[in-house]
Amino acid sequence: MQKLHPLSRFLIAIASLLMISAYFLPIWQIQMWAPQYPEWLHMKIWINNLSGDIEIINGLNHYIGMKYIRVEMFPEFIIMPWILAGIIAFGIIAALIGRKWIGWAFLIILILAGIAGLLDFYLWGYDYGHNLDPTAAIKVPGMSYQPPLIGSKELLNFIAYSAPDIGGWLMAVAGFMVIGALGWHHYQERKNFISH
Amino acid sequence: MNNVFQINKIITMKINMQIRLTIYIILAMVFAYSFSCKPKTPGSVSVGDAASKVYVAPGQYDEFYNIVSGGFNGQMSVVGLPSGRVFKILPVFSVHPENGYGYSEETKPMLNTSFGFVPWDDLHHIALSTTKGEHDGRWAFGNANNTPRVARVDLTTFKTVEILEIPHSSGNHSSPFITENTEYVVASTRFSIPIGDEKSRDVPINTYKENFKGTVSFIKVADDGEMSIAFQLVTPGVNFDLARAGKGPSHGWFFFSCYNTEQAYSLLEVNASQKDKDFIMAVNWKKAEEYIKAGKGKTVKAKYAHNVFDDHTHTATSTIMDEVVQLDPSEFDDIIYYIPCPKSPHGCDVDPTGNYIVGSGKLAALIPVFSFNKFITAIQNKDFEGEYDGLPVIRYESALHGEVKRPGLGPLHTEFDGRGYGYTSMFVSSEIVKWNIETLEVVDRVPTYYSIGHLMIPGGCTAKPHGKYVVAYNKITKDRYLPTGPELCHSAQLYDISGDKMQLLLDFPTIGEPHYAEALPASMLMNKQVKFYRLEDNQHPHAAKGESQARVERNGNKIHVYLTSIRSHFAPDNIEGVKIGDEVYFHVTNLEQDWDVPHGFAIKGANTAELLVMPGETQTLKWIPDRVGVFPFYCTDFCSALHQEMQGYLRVSPANSNVELQFSLGQNGQ
Repeated sequence: MQKLHPLSRFLIAIASLLMISAYFLPIWQIQMWAPQYPEWLHMKIWINNLSGDIEIINGLNHYIGMKYIRVEMFPEFIIMPWILAGIIAFGIIAALIGRKWIGWAFLIILILAGIAGLLDFYLWGYDYGHNLDPTAAIKVPGMSYQPPLIGSKELLNFIAYSAPDIGGWLMAVAGFMVIGALGWHHYQERKNFISH
Repeated sequence: MNNVFQINKIITMKINMQIRLTIYIILAMVFAYSFSCKPKTPGSVSVGDAASKVYVAPGQYDEFYNIVSGGFNGQMSVVGLPSGRVFKILPVFSVHPENGYGYSEETKPMLNTSFGFVPWDDLHHIALSTTKGEHDGRWAFGNANNTPRVARVDLTTFKTVEILEIPHSSGNHSSPFITENTEYVVASTRFSIPIGDEKSRDVPINTYKENFKGTVSFIKVADDGEMSIAFQLVTPGVNFDLARAGKGPSHGWFFFSCYNTEQAYSLLEVNASQKDKDFIMAVNWKKAEEYIKAGKGKTVKAKYAHNVFDDHTHTATSTIMDEVVQLDPSEFDDIIYYIPCPKSPHGCDVDPTGNYIVGSGKLAALIPVFSFNKFITAIQNKDFEGEYDGLPVIRYESALHGEVKRPGLGPLHTEFDGRGYGYTSMFVSSEIVKWNIETLEVVDRVPTYYSIGHLMIPGGCTAKPHGKYVVAYNKITKDRYLPTGPELCHSAQLYDISGDKMQLLLDFPTIGEPHYAEALPASMLMNKQVKFYRLEDNQHPHAAKGESQARVERNGNKIHVYLTSIRSHFAPDNIEGVKIGDEVYFHVTNLEQDWDVPHGFAIKGANTAELLVMPGETQTLKWIPDRVGVFPFYCTDFCSALHQEMQGYLRVSPANSNVELQFSLGQNGQ
């Protein structure tokens, strides 16, 4: 049975459409708490932008020699909207063609894109946290300030917390929908195989 | 030998016993005297769980903002209730070196008057803006008693944003009371004076009766808060003391207490206390407004300053005005009516319903309560007992709702709880007396420590009191706190009024010498506080909105330093080429865009105060170097871990030197 089950095709289409939300909602969030910031400092990462208390975070981070965060330093913000557009288009085509191989191809693309995104974020975080200005006012021997990839981490007087934001969660939901779609197809296949 | 010794011993014992007995008897008598013969005084301890009622746990907020007049310090203080903690001293009519108010080039114009720069005044009363008679949390108004002025404070920044001088006025005590929807703020004269041109002002003091006039100014408040004198009523010369606007049914009227209707001009403590009754002057301001609209007013020459602070240029401008519209109420028979009121009335307060007007004759042994309905009926029936300087005087009994009998001594002011009770402060008997407005019965009294002046219930002068507490602002402190030499802090007391009995909860010291105060719920103000000024909105002509704009420019002998501050450096921080004879203007822009990150600025030898610059703001310090050398400047507000590094140097060379004007940042010999 090379043709996907109709419900699976439907789920793949919905998952693809759901990913459009990433153009309107923040994908990732970094929050920072310190005794002086009981209200938390927020940084939101969008598909093509940054928002939140960037200036305040920059003002604080210059003491320890971290780079000045600005949108222009991320070429990702130019590429990502196009990559996502391609993924969404692929998903819709996959749903239309409705073949099993293209469904699996879509899932693999999604997983690779997810890994690539996290890897990119990790590498940036590593550079941001390690590549410090040697003339910085505060130098703590052996200390680096790489933000956590996901979860929380203590950095001097700050607690940094990193997690998907609403857009990121919706992407994850889309990913699980695609897995579900393929799972459903597999289940139907087995059911048919047994009953024949 | 042995025997003699023993006898001796017995005798000694007997004598000892007699002495002891005598001492015991004397002690017992003293003890008995001190307890039985000496009259008891009111106890001064609070009872019950007073501590828990005023305890605001760490991290929690007070329930009320209390805006308190500073009296002779010319400021307001912002206090939390019920804790009594002081949050801020807010400069209004007095210079404030702490933040540069009145010292920076931008704020100097705020204290300009027709007399020139006046660095001090006496701020007595607070009026919080209202809509439909209820607090709306927009502005606080304050009066200057000495050089007559009215100020407006913006309650989103707690900053004085406008000061209007009042011409033809002296002793602006009966101010800044407001009408129901903050249409008008009033300013009336405590000291009548001769007004008009120079010739009519230069008259013998003993011609008071003929030549001295009172004025009642109605200041229009525009929707954005800006004040302008709409008109002045010129009245017979008396002393106006306090005032309240009508509300609800009495909206459109204003009531002013007047004393010295004897028109004394010397030894007033005797000569102005002769008559049994002085007046409450009722003004139909809606009528006066109509006459002004109909062009019945007279434009006269005047000289007064109008100072406005702009939050975008962060700069005050002072404009000298040259005329004002006056109205002579004696030319009309329906603007002013006098209501007789016993013995030099001080407070004149209108209850939340607007039906009753309470006069507090400070030398009277009763409190008269007038009925607005009866007052209007008396006018309709022309129920007058005579005239005062050509204006009708209503018959006392015709306007009277009733008298509170034997309330105490020295009634001064009345506030209301919105549940049908009035609370009157008694200066002489040092107590607060609670009485029923309808039945006029005294239901409770509590002592104050000592000699209460004003009292305040949150919203107690509005149509909708918030109730819960009454605060006594006392004139005498004596033994209430650890003594600090001859000059003591002033004292306030907080009482719980939620039950039938008033209960003392807390003593707290106050700033300056508070007169009137108002309070409103914290929720009305705390969420609309400005946290910082947006740099992109900064329209100061000398702002440097980024380090790339930081620079030094010479214009003749004037040097303009466009200085920026951000944690933790100034840009530029090395300046050379300044010469003796130059005037240096440091225009300091705080580039921070976060809450609670002010930067300060001070330079050695400046004959002025520091600057305290809020985030996004620009302020200017003028400095005239008088000697050659290198002068450090630094940040005075502990801004960060590297605050002590936030400094700079300015080199001053002789007048004939040829050192080029130059500036830099970060070029440390590399």
